[in-house]
Amino acid sequence: MASVALTHLDPASRAAARGWSDLTIRNLFIIPTLVFLIIFNIFPLIYSLGYSFTNFAANRSEPWQFVGLQNYRELLSDDHIWSNFIITAKYVIVSVAGQMIVGFGLALLLNRSFPMKGLITTLLLLPMMMSAAVVGLFWQLLYSPSWGPINYVFGLGDFAWLSNPDSALYAVAITDIWMWSPFVMLLSLAGLSAVPQHLYEAAAIDRAGWWYTFTRITLPLVSPILLIALIFRTMEAFKTFDIAYTMTTQPTAELIAIRLYKQAFQQWDTGKSCALAYIVLIMVLAITNLYVKYLNKVKER
Amino acid sequence: MRKLVTSVLAGIGLTLACGTSVYAQEKELTIFWAEWDPANYLQELVNDYTAETGVKVTVQTTPWPDFQTKAFTEFNAHGDAYDMVVGDSQWLGAGSTQGHYVDLTDFFNKHKLGDVMAPATVKYYAEYPGGSGKYWAIPLEGDAIGWSYRKDWFEDPKEKEAFKAKYNYDLDVPKTYAQLRDIAEFFHRPDQKRYGVAIYTDNSYDAMAMGVESAIFSYGGDLGDYATYKVDGITNSKEAAAGLDMYKELYKFTPPGWGKTFFVEDNQAITGGLAAMSMNFFAFFPPLVNKATNPFADATGFFANPAGPDGKRFAALGGQGISIVSYSKNQEEATKFLEWFIKDETQKKWADLGGYTCSQAVLKSEAFQNATPYNKAFYDTMFMVKDFWATPEYAEVLDQLNQNIYPFVVGGKGTAQEALDKTAAEWKATFTKYNRYK
Repeated sequence: MASVALTHLDPASRAAARGWSDLTIRNLFIIPTLVFLIIFNIFPLIYSLGYSFTNFAANRSEPWQFVGLQNYRELLSDDHIWSNFIITAKYVIVSVAGQMIVGFGLALLLNRSFPMKGLITTLLLLPMMMSAAVVGLFWQLLYSPSWGPINYVFGLGDFAWLSNPDSALYAVAITDIWMWSPFVMLLSLAGLSAVPQHLYEAAAIDRAGWWYTFTRITLPLVSPILLIALIFRTMEAFKTFDIAYTMTTQPTAELIAIRLYKQAFQQWDTGKSCALAYIVLIMVLAITNLYVKYLNKVKER
Repeated sequence: MRKLVTSVLAGIGLTLACGTSVYAQEKELTIFWAEWDPANYLQELVNDYTAETGVKVTVQTTPWPDFQTKAFTEFNAHGDAYDMVVGDSQWLGAGSTQGHYVDLTDFFNKHKLGDVMAPATVKYYAEYPGGSGKYWAIPLEGDAIGWSYRKDWFEDPKEKEAFKAKYNYDLDVPKTYAQLRDIAEFFHRPDQKRYGVAIYTDNSYDAMAMGVESAIFSYGGDLGDYATYKVDGITNSKEAAAGLDMYKELYKFTPPGWGKTFFVEDNQAITGGLAAMSMNFFAFFPPLVNKATNPFADATGFFANPAGPDGKRFAALGGQGISIVSYSKNQEEATKFLEWFIKDETQKKWADLGGYTCSQAVLKSEAFQNATPYNKAFYDTMFMVKDFWATPEYAEVLDQLNQNIYPFVVGGKGTAQEALDKTAAEWKATFTKYNRYK
């Protein structure tokens, strides 16, 4: 299959115009990429799978032993880890739902022509171009009970968003919504602008109401791309580390990625951390698979 | 003719000078430490060594939260990027048993450092296991928990009168934790944006643990028997629970949103005019007496950690010793450097620059104790310090303590006894896992 693909170089392509042979392209681009991927991605992935069945600790020079499924057994029966997973689930649901609603809402508002549309769209995209650690530090200041503008604007007095164990996680989720709604907005905007205009015109002739048009035309046609945004955001939210780590140290906001970091790089429990990383990976894969199945169904419709 | 001779001689001189310096620059030593003022003072100090010997010494730094991770990543990879490291006292266990540090016992005994350095610094920065007579580091920067306070608030006659009327004793620097609590309560006036006290609550590394253990130790509690690893009945003793309760009590009088605070926030509590008293490591006090960084510099005083109900008085130890990394290719050169570093005149210069020397002779000198408003409190504290666990698995032990005390102190969940019972049980399981009970 690969060789078939390689023998047919599009004669109009720039590479062909330069007189590059398929072999050159393979040697110059494909092989280095594959080697890079294998060395830095595939190999560590398999190697860490091996570690997850041992009691290896990177800071000890003692020889490690094969412990079978012990790491997995210990992790899955550890209450702390389960509470981390529950925290992560709450975080994913709140932050992804928020991003979908805000992002899609913004896209609906932007999907018409008005003056300075380009400028406003670009400005709205700014949050997602910032570094997550910087966003975390800034929002920490915004939430400050003594001088933070958020409490001032909403008249919340000295409500301590990040020091209150019940609100810390949601405060982080709100920050994540602020940062990543533009991403959903961008994808939705692309989806919305691809909806054929004649459908709306037909609906208007039939005197269809706004809600009817929205649920019967807009939503079904945009849903595949919305689902893609949902998949990306769920995967990302599941492994959130930077924002949460810089904003709070509340155990009630300790996401699974933070627990994993502590286990791997503060306690140097390498074997067990590898096992935990695999548990997280399997969970993310399972959730993504469900989404993809659903996405295919939606596309078939 | 004369001109020619002079210029030729100058040329030869220049060549020689360049030649020697090029030769000397070949020898280089790198010291790894965290990014803070003392590291800058150390760089200034070691420049003298370069001037004397021609060996270039660089102090490399990294921000505090990364310090442990970065150092151990390098150790675990057996890297030789650092010849010496100024490591936290808790690292001694891992550093010595995992072979990261060079054994300095002979060096220590040869120079009789046990008598030269303050006893507590030798015990906690250098020796591992405790009482074994094996030494892995030279005490470099002494440090411990101390307090800064607003002298002007304390000395205001109106405040003094009101305090006396309410609590029946004079408002003064607190001698006990109970007094500290009263004073914190007295000055806690949220409507005036004034608060009682600033304490450590950050649980991402050891900040909160250091604050809590200071209270536990002074209340007569302990974290465990460091020699036998016994924790049952020690970690969760009534005294320890009372100490933890007091820490939670103090949290009530902190400024709002005081849930992730370490040295930066605690100093801001003073420089921002927020709190009457603030806990911090002595190493972070220099900016508080500097008018450029603290508008209340003239009105800021300092005191040592107060006593518990039975008059016991301790403070959590910070500070670091300097160790030679066993993967370094310049170990001999590093030893020579340490020989220079322990000289009395070097230690004196170190103290003059702002470093907290551990040398008894310098510490006891009048000149040192009067050099800054906090040096006297530092001197008092260095003879009443206690430290956290220094076992190789201390990071795991620290995390378990954090997990249990944070929800109690900041979140108000459960009781002190429950938090410590759970800690003791988890510590026991951890020590069992590492075969500490033989």
